[in-house]
Amino acid sequence: MRGKTIHKDAMPGVPPNLADYEKARAGFTWSQARSELAGLPGGGLNMAHEAVDRHVAEGRGARVALCCIARDNAVSTVTYADLAVHTSRFADLLRSLGIGRGDRVFTLLGRCPELYTTVLGTLKNTSVVCPLFSAFGPDPVEQRLRLGDARALVTTAALYRRKVAQLRSSLPGLKHVLIVGPGAEELPGTISFDGLMSAAAATFAIPPTSPDDMALLHFTSGTTGTPKGAVHVHEAVVAHYATAAYALDLHPGDVYWCTADPGWVTGMSYGIIAPLVHGVTVVVDEGDYDAGRWYRILAEQRVSVWYTAPTALRMLMRATPRQGPYDLPRSYDLSHLRFIASVGEPLNPEAVLWGRDVLGLPVHDNWWQTETGCIMIANFAVCDIRPGSMGRPLPGVEAAVLEQGGDGRALIADGRAREVDSPGAVGELALRPGWPSMFRGYLHDEERYRAAFAGGWYLTGDLARRDADGWYWFVGRADDVIKSAGHLIGPFEVESALMEHASVAEAGVIGRPDPVAGSIVKAFVSLRPGIEPSLDLERELLAFSRRKLGPAVAPREIAFDQNLPKTRSGKVMRRLLRARELGLPTGDLSTLEESA
Amino acid sequence: MNRTEALELVKDSISRVVPGADLDALGPDDSFRDALEMDSLDFLGFIEALSDRSGVRIEDEDTQRLTTLSGTADFLVARAG
Repeated sequence: MRGKTIHKDAMPGVPPNLADYEKARAGFTWSQARSELAGLPGGGLNMAHEAVDRHVAEGRGARVALCCIARDNAVSTVTYADLAVHTSRFADLLRSLGIGRGDRVFTLLGRCPELYTTVLGTLKNTSVVCPLFSAFGPDPVEQRLRLGDARALVTTAALYRRKVAQLRSSLPGLKHVLIVGPGAEELPGTISFDGLMSAAAATFAIPPTSPDDMALLHFTSGTTGTPKGAVHVHEAVVAHYATAAYALDLHPGDVYWCTADPGWVTGMSYGIIAPLVHGVTVVVDEGDYDAGRWYRILAEQRVSVWYTAPTALRMLMRATPRQGPYDLPRSYDLSHLRFIASVGEPLNPEAVLWGRDVLGLPVHDNWWQTETGCIMIANFAVCDIRPGSMGRPLPGVEAAVLEQGGDGRALIADGRAREVDSPGAVGELALRPGWPSMFRGYLHDEERYRAAFAGGWYLTGDLARRDADGWYWFVGRADDVIKSAGHLIGPFEVESALMEHASVAEAGVIGRPDPVAGSIVKAFVSLRPGIEPSLDLERELLAFSRRKLGPAVAPREIAFDQNLPKTRSGKVMRRLLRARELGLPTGDLSTLEESA
Repeated sequence: MNRTEALELVKDSISRVVPGADLDALGPDDSFRDALEMDSLDFLGFIEALSDRSGVRIEDEDTQRLTTLSGTADFLVARAG
């Protein structure tokens, strides 16, 4: 279809976990995958037991679990035995604070060792982890703490001062704020993480945990309304384990680096839980992207499996193009690399080929989303790659492309959906419910949860096509959600922030295609009467929204438009803004506001 | 380019990607990437703006040194000759 297939003729040095795609699909059951996990002594299933305590109990405590690289390049390691003690201490301290089963513990941290302690210790205590991305601004942080009923927050003094302190009084349910590192003494209403840890017990018996107990809460964005808290349960660990074996080809002894921040679902499912359940060594880089730094980490840490994102790969491609010169990559020994995967947005064919030529390995794209909890569709180590395709469904996963209705979403008639007949036809990507890491609800929003299912399918909101051989190809979103640098951004959240500015009457926010980030957030703004557009105002609005929303969510471009297209009911039509921006046909305008 | 011009150019390039950044609160040796919460896309934009405005070609291996106002200004002066 697009570009040439990359064939996998040569036998790899390490036999892949998935040796034959069709056979694996035919023979796979989730209950078989479940039986490969230990389970809690006495019954039940707890993610943290599988990720940490199990390894110690089975004699693997001396293995390195985390290899942490600080911003200043200092390297420290944490063994599975260390991690068992740290997480037990954290679970014990939660209990002593009166935080128990189902209570939500939030993190707002960089990629430091304490983050891993907090996540896994919270799971041991049968409390629920909700990670926040540290590049969120105060508005997204407050909204998520509120919507998620935060009881405790683990953060640093700097992040607390910048993003939480001023709104703390509006969050009466947030009983405890734990400060990692120095500074708790100077911040009223906070306690020192280290202080509590040293006073806590080093052993902790995980209470009985049902596979259906809530474990993780991940906020994701929709087209309208507030962010949705997707609920995942302890049983999801079965899917984390099985999919990391198949789609990331994790083997014992691997050194694995997932570059996603644990503030997002990839950094949680595949940055913490899945690799630790496999007992491999996880590289944790506290620093930011930098081409030289990344090549150095791949080489010095002898990374064998690398899971990253298209935006990062495209930045590396700019720094070290496929045409050469290859000085930078060739100055490092990347011979330990065995498998590279990518997720977050569609990977352009050029990036797949770039990997093959510059790193010596093609990049394997895969697809999933917050709600699915685990990789659903992937390019596998053993299979040919069709560059630009997300691959084929994992064993245990049934996917389909459903015919679209007028609104772009799957057409449901008499409670039934219809799969598209012809190969290559575009429709909404759908999944048959029943895999263990499927989200079990949107917190406090049963209606939106129910609306995500129809005709026996979970409707993903992504448009895709399937070729004649069963490979899936991403086409776009069926709704207005923006995918920027692999993160989902809800336009409503951005529009709401802009409209809080005194000069702004209305706003419509879309994703504008960008060669590096996939899309960047662009806002169209109409001004209140008497306010004139100017370069100063443009910069003021950019600064205003960045202060509120943080760099991960704020618009990077603003255009003034006094005639925003609107529906008869007065809603800004983002679809039309997008079509105009891209110079596309504007389609059905029948609901557009008539101009006076 | 003298040092003062270089420093202005650095500040101006930062303001281009982080409008409203409080540059007066920033010490010459503070890491502005951390202080201003510049993510990797911001930093990329900063490097491009800096290169465009100064006419100095910035290689990837240079970027690790471009983390403070003072360090970046020194780099520009040295490279611009």
